[in-house]
Amino acid sequence: MDFAGAYSADFLLFLMHGLVITLKIALISIVLSFTLGSLIGIIRYAKVPVLSPVLAVLVELLRNLPLLLIILFSRFALPDLGLRLGAEGAAIVALTVFEMAMISEVVRGGLNSIPKGQVEAARSSGLNSVQTLRYIVLPQGLRRMVPPLVSQFISLLKDTSLATAIALAELMHNAQIIIGHSYNYAIPVLLLCAVIYFTVNYLLSRLSRRLENKVV
Amino acid sequence: MKKHWKMISLGMAVCLAMTVLAGCGDKKEEGGLGAIKDRGKLVVGVKFDTKLFGLKDPASGNVEGFDIDISKQLAKRILGDESKIEFKEVTSKTRIPMLNNGEIDMVVATMTITEERKKEVDFSDVYFQAGQSLLVKKGSPIQGIEDVTKDTKVMSSKGATSVKNIKEQIPGITVLEFDNYQDAFSALKAGQGDALTTDDAILYGMAAQDPNYEVVGKPFTDEPYGIAIRKGNSDLVQAVNDALKEMHENGEYDAIYEKWIGKKPSE
Amino acid sequence: MNTIYASLLGLAGSFILGTIIAVFRITGSKPLNWFGTAYVEFFRNIPLLLVVFLFYLGLPSLGVTLNGFVSGTMGLAVYTSSFIAEAIRAGIMAVPPGQTEAARSSGLSYVQTMIHVILPQAIKLVIPPLSNQFINLVKNSSILSIVAGFDLMYYGDVIATDTFDTINTYLFVAMFYLILTLPLSYGSRVLERKLARHD
Repeated sequence: MDFAGAYSADFLLFLMHGLVITLKIALISIVLSFTLGSLIGIIRYAKVPVLSPVLAVLVELLRNLPLLLIILFSRFALPDLGLRLGAEGAAIVALTVFEMAMISEVVRGGLNSIPKGQVEAARSSGLNSVQTLRYIVLPQGLRRMVPPLVSQFISLLKDTSLATAIALAELMHNAQIIIGHSYNYAIPVLLLCAVIYFTVNYLLSRLSRRLENKVV
Repeated sequence: MKKHWKMISLGMAVCLAMTVLAGCGDKKEEGGLGAIKDRGKLVVGVKFDTKLFGLKDPASGNVEGFDIDISKQLAKRILGDESKIEFKEVTSKTRIPMLNNGEIDMVVATMTITEERKKEVDFSDVYFQAGQSLLVKKGSPIQGIEDVTKDTKVMSSKGATSVKNIKEQIPGITVLEFDNYQDAFSALKAGQGDALTTDDAILYGMAAQDPNYEVVGKPFTDEPYGIAIRKGNSDLVQAVNDALKEMHENGEYDAIYEKWIGKKPSE
Repeated sequence: MNTIYASLLGLAGSFILGTIIAVFRITGSKPLNWFGTAYVEFFRNIPLLLVVFLFYLGLPSLGVTLNGFVSGTMGLAVYTSSFIAEAIRAGIMAVPPGQTEAARSSGLSYVQTMIHVILPQAIKLVIPPLSNQFINLVKNSSILSIVAGFDLMYYGDVIATDTFDTINTYLFVAMFYLILTLPLSYGSRVLERKLARHD
């Protein structure tokens, strides 16, 4: 084991490059999957004909597949279908599609948790269904969604590590390259990565707790 | 319960539809010689994890090796400037998909010319002659392919010809396949297997990296390396072959060979 | 097949570990409390792949070599146990504290109270999140493919790269995962509904 060698400035910088890619991929995927996931969640909550059952099947399929498979599929199979993405693009598409399914369930669950009586009351007091959603259901549902949403975001950040399987130069991939240089770096580098992931995710969960207190 | 079954069958139908769609996907020919010249940059897929051929140095961020120098010479001959080049990381697993996606113009990445691969891509003339061999920890009882039995744990990289070869030589053998050679080597160092098998040229690079490991036995296959180019770009193949020929004639090839392999190429 | 073995062993391992850690977190002992919290927070916040690498690449440099399947399965168990511990803790906390007091005052020891009074009730509350974790475990077992664990994903990946027929191979693999996970999903939903009706 060689801690000093593994933590040399060059290697640390190399890991930081990986971290930047990890954060970038995670951030883009979080924004996209949150947007799409909310949309799907609302459509399914509103039971839009045709669209709703189709999305239900889609969500059900995606939720029950391993993310790694979806990542490999977008990297190696999608191009044959005419969709050409680089390693980064494939990772973003896969993470977005998978997490979108997870998030849509969180959103739908949050909306469904609002008692039906409130919706009926709102409708009978003259609000249309969009208004009911906008002013009555969403604000309340959002509050309940914050904790599960944040834990979903943390999962997403952790899951970016799977993109090492498609040679995306994110944190885990760069760690593997350093370990490849000398096996003596294995434990020091893996531990450092653990600390990095932990710190980022812990900060995220702290942030969410503060957010929760504010919203509630 | 009926609803659930409906969902499952619908899901299956979606899968099926995608399979059918897959069959219809057509591959367009593009990114030929003209496109490269218009772009003014050659995009080459190389290994980032293979010492002597293509290795990324975490310190400097540069990729270095035999394949890199050959690629630079190609850029010089095709575009007139060896710096008009971009390197993208490929592994044995990703190189053919990336080439056919149009992400890279060519693959210069320790790639053996095989009949099967010829169905997927076109190859240049042979630019390096390697042979499959074994890498073991010093003092290992394995001293050549003769010592490998079907209980030996041999490791290699997904998508490499080496896996196929060793399975043909020793039927029933278990090969542990990793995403790339560096991961396989890390696993060998961690004691997860007995030997690593691939082309000797790659193995010598690993032995140079870690003196506790050595290449044993004579090469047991011929592995002629070629530069892979997307099908249907015969002008690019021709340009590459011309460039290779010129490099052989003016001694540049020999200089690069000696720089990385440490000896003159044997005829 | 290794996918199924890894999932079952991972489930058993993570359930046992998770229960122990959950009990650590709610005992009166400060050091145990602290250990349980640290364990859960640590493993919940790092990627599964990293845990698996610690077993696969890290442990050998300490003299313990575990193959891809064993490291992968142990990684799965340890990682998942942190989530299960949280689920079980939540379940135990939901049992009214009056019951503990009653049990203790009727002469049961702390351990007896846990085993006979608290845990049986908590389990019922814990089943829905637990079954969710099991589905995750089946999906996450695909990580074995990165450390040559000879699971479904590994074979799929090898075949896909050898035959160049990526789409059909991956779709086939997807079908197999769905065959494993969809029934589990529906089963857990039905179970959840049944448990809800009991309340």
